[in-house]
Amino acid sequence: MKRHTLSVLVENKAGVLSRVTGLFSRRGFNIESLAVGPSEEDGTSRITLVVCGDDREVEQVIKQLNKLIDVIKVSDLTGRERVERELALIKVAAEPGEARAGVMQIATIFRAHIIDVGGKTVTLQVTGDSDKIDALEGLLRPYGVRELYRTGRIAVLRGQKTVRSEK
Amino acid sequence: MTTTGAKVLIEGLLRQGTKTIFGYPGGVVLPIYDVLYDSPLEHILVRHEQAAAHAADGYARASGKVGVCLATSGPGACNLVTGIATAYMDSIPLVALTGQVPTNLLGNDAFQESDIYGITMPVTKHNYLVKRAADLPQVIAEAFYLASTGRPGPVLIDLPKDVSTGELPDDIAFPETVSLRGYQPTVRGHPRQIEKAVDLLVRAERPLLYAGGGVILSGADRELTALAERLGAPVTTTLMGLGGICGDHPLNLGMLGMHGTAYANYAVTECDLLVAIGARFDDRVTGRIETFAPHAQVIHIDIDPAEIGKNKPVDVPIVGDVKHVLTEILNRLPSNPKTERWLARVNGWRAAHPLVVPDNGSLHPQGVVRTLSDLLNGEGVVVSEVGQNQMWAAQHFCFKKPRSWLSSGGLGTMGYGLPAAMGACYARPGEQVFLIAGDGSLQMNIQEFGTIAHNRIPVRVVVLNNRYLGMVRQWQELFFDKRYSYTELPPVDFVGIANAYGIDGVRVNDPAEVRPALEAARDHDGPFVVDVRIEREENVFPMVPAGAAINEMIGGHE
Repeated sequence: MKRHTLSVLVENKAGVLSRVTGLFSRRGFNIESLAVGPSEEDGTSRITLVVCGDDREVEQVIKQLNKLIDVIKVSDLTGRERVERELALIKVAAEPGEARAGVMQIATIFRAHIIDVGGKTVTLQVTGDSDKIDALEGLLRPYGVRELYRTGRIAVLRGQKTVRSEK
Repeated sequence: MTTTGAKVLIEGLLRQGTKTIFGYPGGVVLPIYDVLYDSPLEHILVRHEQAAAHAADGYARASGKVGVCLATSGPGACNLVTGIATAYMDSIPLVALTGQVPTNLLGNDAFQESDIYGITMPVTKHNYLVKRAADLPQVIAEAFYLASTGRPGPVLIDLPKDVSTGELPDDIAFPETVSLRGYQPTVRGHPRQIEKAVDLLVRAERPLLYAGGGVILSGADRELTALAERLGAPVTTTLMGLGGICGDHPLNLGMLGMHGTAYANYAVTECDLLVAIGARFDDRVTGRIETFAPHAQVIHIDIDPAEIGKNKPVDVPIVGDVKHVLTEILNRLPSNPKTERWLARVNGWRAAHPLVVPDNGSLHPQGVVRTLSDLLNGEGVVVSEVGQNQMWAAQHFCFKKPRSWLSSGGLGTMGYGLPAAMGACYARPGEQVFLIAGDGSLQMNIQEFGTIAHNRIPVRVVVLNNRYLGMVRQWQELFFDKRYSYTELPPVDFVGIANAYGIDGVRVNDPAEVRPALEAARDHDGPFVVDVRIEREENVFPMVPAGAAINEMIGGHE
């Protein structure tokens, strides 16, 4: 089993996300992470998927994705030089005083932004790869994580290469 | 001047060459039916929407054209689903039209609303929910294009009522061509891969061609036969590939797999090169996949890249249309003189382990099928239901031409046969269309006797009547200690039912009556039913038990 990052360029049409995710569930695949948004070209969206499976299973999923009429292109970024990012919003218990100071210190170390402060909570925004967010969450747990929101992962190739220009 | 969505829809169908559609009216399709009332498009009123889908499927299989069916929203649309899924599994080009509640009520749990767009997503090649009447010309053109090109399949168009009633300028343009950038099927095989395949073919000492439905779909029967003859290679076909090579061609080994011939299965196990042509290594074909063609290198030709390497690792994958690829291979392939010993071995198996036709004075289904095969002599169309009747037909009928055999392979849909046979009659007017049915599956869509009688559709039905759900009973006999749990059926007077609908028929209780009854069916002007009371506990042999290797057959020997 290996983690694969897939970048899928699709026509921005009604139902396309349902087609893509439906295909995964039908073939018994779990999606670990999913992020969708418009791409650089009008009328198209980019879906970034992180899935676990052996190479043959993932190859089959890629082929099945390619069969969807609204899928323009599927790129497997696994094992390639790339930058991956995820964003998290974490509302953590931090009463004024020692707790709040501790949370703010951790935030500084992780370059997280404090985007909101309540009477008894602080909300942090952090970006990075998944490991970094996992680590931050782990350190905040003892203070009491009230709510955690994570976006799906997105990924881009390093350098001047683009997935669009590749065959 | 203006026109309506419904008129544009029917105009679009006519422009696509559609002559006959199968359907059932209802509330939200009233505007479409109003246009059909005085349209040149022929509409056949079925008795259940499932039959509309199967009839369109049978029409498509028998003609090679796109079949079209039409149903109303909600229950009508849902009733199409089994037929659409049947076509999907067998890659049959179908356009299914469904009515839908008006767009302003979508998602409102309105009367007869069902999310048929969502429901059919996993069983269609593509589907559409049309939101604007102006989109219709483009959607219709795309639907037919998608259904009939690449790996064919069903496409559904969901039509809200206000789309059908929507006004459009009557000079609205229909697209001449369709181009979709997310859909670019590869038709021509890659030259280097073809080169590699030729290389393997030339060197093979024990080659075997394994041909599937792709041969029929791409019209490659001549190329398949030419390749077999050039190489001196035997050919085995899947259920879907029957008719891809003439049934009595000396190189034809018949069907392989769970109920394949022993000699075809032995040939798979012993071959050193397996050429899969428009076939997909289905579990009913391969048995235990690890032991399928264990000594062979594999060439796999298929238009769908997702099929290649899906079930079985492949040495030379070739993505492309079977007809194109075989033509390219034939252009480069010298004749192969090395197979004489191999053919001698294969023919030894053929002589030692022929299909068994019991002959002990009782009425056996294998003999019925063989008699029909003699009578038709490769002409016309044979349709089957699903179960023992299907396997006996596949084993014992000698199919001589492509598109002469219609059967639900992938989905194994009981109830497919009777409506599919109706579709075949419209696709091939003037030709004999025989349905080989079981008493169980015939009763799954027996209401279509109504459609058949109403339109005098000349379907000839041969019921292999054993008063069992025979294939399930066979499994219970062999693997469940003869505990016949819910597989026995009470006797049914099928001729009586046919008569009640105004259809003639005859019951057969004795082997001597079989031939005269089948001749009477053939010669009858209009539909006819032959109810054959066969040996009740006859089994389909040979048989590969579930999970066994395909050379581990039971009942393959005298």
